[in-house]
Amino acid sequence: MSETRTTRGDWPLYEVFVRGKRGLNHVHVGSLHAADDRMALTHARDLYTRRNEGVSIWVVRSEHITASTRDERDPFFDPSADKVYRHPTFYDIPDDVPHI
Amino acid sequence: MSDDHVYLSLAEGHGDGDARWAFGTGFEDPLHGVSTAVPEDVDRAELAALCLALGDDALVTAQRLAEWTTRAPELEEEVALANIGLDLLGQARLLYARCGQVDGTGRGEDAYAYFRDADDFRNVRLAELPNGDFAFTIARQLVFASWRLAHFQRLTASADPVLAAVAAKGVKELTYHRQYAAEWFVRLGDGTEESHRRMRAGLDQVAPYLGELYAAHETGTEVLAVLRQAGEAAGLPLPDAPPLPGSGRRGDHTEHLAPLLAELQSVARAHPEAAW
Repeated sequence: MSETRTTRGDWPLYEVFVRGKRGLNHVHVGSLHAADDRMALTHARDLYTRRNEGVSIWVVRSEHITASTRDERDPFFDPSADKVYRHPTFYDIPDDVPHI
Repeated sequence: MSDDHVYLSLAEGHGDGDARWAFGTGFEDPLHGVSTAVPEDVDRAELAALCLALGDDALVTAQRLAEWTTRAPELEEEVALANIGLDLLGQARLLYARCGQVDGTGRGEDAYAYFRDADDFRNVRLAELPNGDFAFTIARQLVFASWRLAHFQRLTASADPVLAAVAAKGVKELTYHRQYAAEWFVRLGDGTEESHRRMRAGLDQVAPYLGELYAAHETGTEVLAVLRQAGEAAGLPLPDAPPLPGSGRRGDHTEHLAPLLAELQSVARAHPEAAW
């Protein structure tokens, strides 16, 4: 565990994703500090699933997440605002197709 | 997906009219469907004494763990230790309730927790020792969880259905408690020179109290196996320490139990008729 030989306060930030009991996907629920990946998982268990919320946890170092910035908002997202035809709402969907 | 509140998005698509989904659903009563009648072949006095002893171990340990609140080295650890304490408190409540049903007094759980003095407690002395260093708490928790887990695994086959149900619930909790403590034990033992020194000191402090646990239950070899395995990973062999004379199971306690109980019981004794 030589990579964890850091002093208190140096613990990196992790983002926590929990899949709810009946949820289909993991949802971001918050963040925490931990010295290593394993500790991040147990901390996430203790902090974010103690009220019976989850059945699966993902943790990832915050620094490993690449996020879009506010400056990119217009070029990233506005171009799709007027293209309603991209929604598959012009089709008749059979009743027995789930999750649509 | 709404990002107004993280828990709202967790709840999305899980309507079912369950507005409290975000706070968890599917809670189970560990005693659901379990008959509280005492089987005829069960020795009532023996069963009551066992429930009391296991309840006292859990209550006293829970109180020590609660003392870490606002004092733990990290916020995340504080919650982790408090969670473990609350699991044990839940076990204590069920065990006291069972004790009251079995020992013929009909007492409720509060009577056992709040209105007995130190001499009447039957917890092992390991539980009542002051928290000291975080490493000592980890060493104690590793020993306590391993020992209790081995004990509870046997009790899932108890002739008393209530005790068996309490044990089955406890086994899952204790498995996590042991895992939590073992990970910290290895992390500190295999960490820096300073963390190794403090983990070593914590283990040395715990060692004299091991004999009392084995005397109280035939789980010694299993606990020793856990300690050896964790000790190898942590570079911390178990020290040889002669067991202390006396036993908490017979009411022998250190000077630390009475002050712990005084704090634990103060509100209930100041307001004996209060409900909460």
